[in-house]
Amino acid sequence: MKPRIIVLVWILGVISLVAAASEPRSAEVSTPVVRDSARAEAMRLEGEKRFRANCGRCHAAPHKFPPQMMATILRHMRVRATITDEDMRLVLFYMTQ
Amino acid sequence: MSFSTERQGYRCVRASSPRTGLRLIFTLCTISSLCLAQRSESDHPIPILTGNAGFFTNVQAGQTEIVSEINPVLLVPFGDHWLIESRGQFEGDFARKNGNGPFGGQVGKELAYLQADYIANPYLTVTVGRFLTPFGIYNERLYPIWIRSLQAEPLIFGMEESSSNGAMLRGGFPVNGKVNLNYATYFSTLCTNHVLDAERSAGGRIGFFLPGPRVEAGFSWRKFLQEERTNAFGFHFAWQPNAVPLNLRSEYARSSLGSGYWIEGAYRLSQLPFWNKVMRHAEFVGRGQQLFAGQVEEDEAEEYGLPDVNTQQADFGLNYYLRDGLKATASYGRQFSSDGNFNLWTVGIAYRFALPLGPGGLQ
Repeated sequence: MKPRIIVLVWILGVISLVAAASEPRSAEVSTPVVRDSARAEAMRLEGEKRFRANCGRCHAAPHKFPPQMMATILRHMRVRATITDEDMRLVLFYMTQ
Repeated sequence: MSFSTERQGYRCVRASSPRTGLRLIFTLCTISSLCLAQRSESDHPIPILTGNAGFFTNVQAGQTEIVSEINPVLLVPFGDHWLIESRGQFEGDFARKNGNGPFGGQVGKELAYLQADYIANPYLTVTVGRFLTPFGIYNERLYPIWIRSLQAEPLIFGMEESSSNGAMLRGGFPVNGKVNLNYATYFSTLCTNHVLDAERSAGGRIGFFLPGPRVEAGFSWRKFLQEERTNAFGFHFAWQPNAVPLNLRSEYARSSLGSGYWIEGAYRLSQLPFWNKVMRHAEFVGRGQQLFAGQVEEDEAEEYGLPDVNTQQADFGLNYYLRDGLKATASYGRQFSSDGNFNLWTVGIAYRFALPLGPGGLQ
């Protein structure tokens, strides 16, 4: 049975690699570039609010990680906690400022 | 291979070959290193190794048990829409042999999930592989030891703790400005492998979250498509009042194994007017729960980690957050049942770690 486990993992990995290679790199989950400082501050405050409402239900705010780590963590939490797309973007903005 | 079930209130662990776990980790690390071949931009997600580790001493009915565990979580993003995630659980439970003998025990190993997620659009994520069964909120959200407020799991946890092998659709989106809806629906196939064990079932969960008052309520359902083809259902409720640092959570579950509920409140002592520098890191927790045992054999109840008689339990605990991701915890509980009443003490420490597997996390 153990070889089947390895085969399963490899199949998942290969599928994902192929899919990733064919994905349009639109940087969909990237932190939005906000040049207007007033708008940036408003987004940061809204992001903090969304963080407290969504993430704060289960755990306290962690120290901020580098943006590339935070993007992965937010993608994971989007799936795990079924947070909305908009909430994820604002929380990501807040956590990477 | 052996199967062991811990005493009531604690989790089931399945022992397996160490080589299987090592192979899985090696394979996943290989995949993650392949993923590093992707472009590296300032905010493009990179693979991460995260998870938690803990060391606890439990005293239950006068019997001391030492528990040490590490639960690594590997996150490997691909492109803009894909994520492979996996969690392994390695837990050593050590107790005195023959009453006063040396501590001994075994290390349980379990693959909680190994799934590929495809974020199709803002409303839908498609998951395939092995995933945590979406029933209630404890199993999916509150289970990690650095998150849970009390280390002892709720009595009804055996009804919802499981992993499924198959496919799942899930997502969350705003219904209007005041209500978010989240959902998950799945199908699982039967697997009797000791590492990937799962039951043939289908079900789902739906929840409504009100971000303003920070209230969530939801319903879960599960239909077993094997043996007796029984149903299970549950409700969950969570509320974080805006005015006070209080976190209220509750679950109810009913299945052929029985029914029960738990209500838990965790109060952060940050509003206390004295010793604020210390108190703001402390959290007081209380939980009350009750389980009504179903018409099941003792062996079956033990297999699911459930009491086989009606049981009530009250727990009180104190958590102290020493720094980000590191907390000390202590709790006292008392269990009441026709099998006898006894005390449960727990003291320990839990730590959450997160390590980048790429250069972007080193800045």
